[in-house]
Amino acid sequence: MKALSLRGLKKTYDNGVEALTGIDLDVDEGDFFALLGPNGAGKTTAIGIVTSLVNKTAGSVSVFGHDLDSDREGAKTCIGLVPQEVNFNQFEKVYEILTNQAGFYGLPRPLAEERAEKHLRELKLWDKRNEIARHLSGGMKRRLMIARALVHEPPLLILDEPTAGVDIEIRRSMWEFMKDINAAGTTIILTTHYLEEAESLCRNIAIIDAGTIVENDRMSRVLRKLNLETFVLDVDEPLPETLDLNGYTIRRVDDHTLEVDKPQDRSINDVFAALTERGIRVGSMRNKSNRLEELFLRMVENRENGSA
Amino acid sequence: MPNRRHFVALATVVGREFRRVRRIWIQTIVPPAITMTLYFIIFGNLIGSRIGEMGGFTYMQFIAPGLIMMSIISNSYGNVVSSFFGSRFGKYVEEMLVSPMPNYIMLLGYMAGGLIRGLCVGVLVTLIALFFTDLRMEHPWVTLSIVLLTSMVFSLAGFVNAIYARNFDGISIIPTFVLTPLTYLGGVFYSISLLPDFWQAVSRANPILYMVNAFRYGILGVSDISIGTAYLIISGFVVLLFVFNLYLLRRGVGLRP
Repeated sequence: MKALSLRGLKKTYDNGVEALTGIDLDVDEGDFFALLGPNGAGKTTAIGIVTSLVNKTAGSVSVFGHDLDSDREGAKTCIGLVPQEVNFNQFEKVYEILTNQAGFYGLPRPLAEERAEKHLRELKLWDKRNEIARHLSGGMKRRLMIARALVHEPPLLILDEPTAGVDIEIRRSMWEFMKDINAAGTTIILTTHYLEEAESLCRNIAIIDAGTIVENDRMSRVLRKLNLETFVLDVDEPLPETLDLNGYTIRRVDDHTLEVDKPQDRSINDVFAALTERGIRVGSMRNKSNRLEELFLRMVENRENGSA
Repeated sequence: MPNRRHFVALATVVGREFRRVRRIWIQTIVPPAITMTLYFIIFGNLIGSRIGEMGGFTYMQFIAPGLIMMSIISNSYGNVVSSFFGSRFGKYVEEMLVSPMPNYIMLLGYMAGGLIRGLCVGVLVTLIALFFTDLRMEHPWVTLSIVLLTSMVFSLAGFVNAIYARNFDGISIIPTFVLTPLTYLGGVFYSISLLPDFWQAVSRANPILYMVNAFRYGILGVSDISIGTAYLIISGFVVLLFVFNLYLLRRGVGLRP
């Protein structure tokens, strides 16, 4: 079954801006799906329409088979939203925010309390349950919004830039949490600026630009479209002034740093072998840039050049 | 059709509104009590003793129902306009918009919040009035029903204002420039029989006149207008404003771009 199905989804704002040009998109049940795009591409508009925060101009939205126009309550019950910006009453207590949200979804009070405790514990906020929400740190506020989105246990969770502005440790723990709930069966749609996040978490991806889906495929297939990857190697001994690694384009950044472009049909082992032959030991290695980020920039650039 | 989930959602909205009134009681309950006490002292006691009788009652007795109704009107309106605009301003209205709760449930919840505050303040002002004068309830059911209907009208009107307001100025313009003048000219302090025919006719176009007089009829048993007409007009406003608010919510005016 499709967790989400968009057909011909179109949005033109009152000021004439065409945010979505009529997109089609399917997300399978159980998927961990990335929706990427530059600022103003239409991601938040698309999510806004799906979650009933934005009126659509045309098209249809179906969530687990519930049409948003003809079965609004059914569709909304299936969705949990973690928005980009804080949108809870900052003067309410943490526990109250969760039980209220459960109440809005029609959960009887005993069940609302049970769920609030369960999700606050999962998100490590149980100790803060009686705090006024505005006293929480930025990371805690993000986790509170995740707990709130889960309180009615929706089969589809939509996260709009959930880790923006949180430190790396919290981000990693949130990734683990998202992986766990996805493994437990919740379909996840994620928009993020941290492309590394999408690459490491998501199985399928759609790239949206200027209101149009420019790529929609499995993450692995999309990444395979990159035919070149750049690695940065830190070597232990000073590099010679001239160095030639057969078949590889290299750049000497400084005495101890080397950049190597690796074509997709070659193995990185060949690079190590060639360096070892020359008595150069590699201490550490990293991607020069995130692969997905590179692909993403290339797609957007191609599109801009094409339209220029 | 309403189901159990809808009732739970309604109870949640009402509960949240009630807790809000209680949490900020110093802003919601205390100011009207102080203002009305001053009205009773100045207009009722000091000036009223020189005015003499009005409609067969002491001036204090005459203005007491009007002042009670005035506080119910302004507090019902003020509660909904500030609470719902606050939820828009702080974006937490989105908690309700993403939920499956139908629009009419959300509207009923906020209306109930306005009723709760209106009634709390109404009871408090009535108790204050009893310190200054004797009040009997000639027609209890009329009194109660008019209070409820009037509070509904102004809760719903506050909701319209909250939807259209773009900033905090937008929630104070209507109370200052429309509500207050209409209330003062709605027969709170005088009987319209004192006015020349022309101004009596003009006053009859003011809906608050019907609310104040119907409430006064419930308490004192006297009124400048027909009670049947008052019920018709007040109920008409309730229906009209409820339907209009549902239309605004359905269109997403001020809520969904």
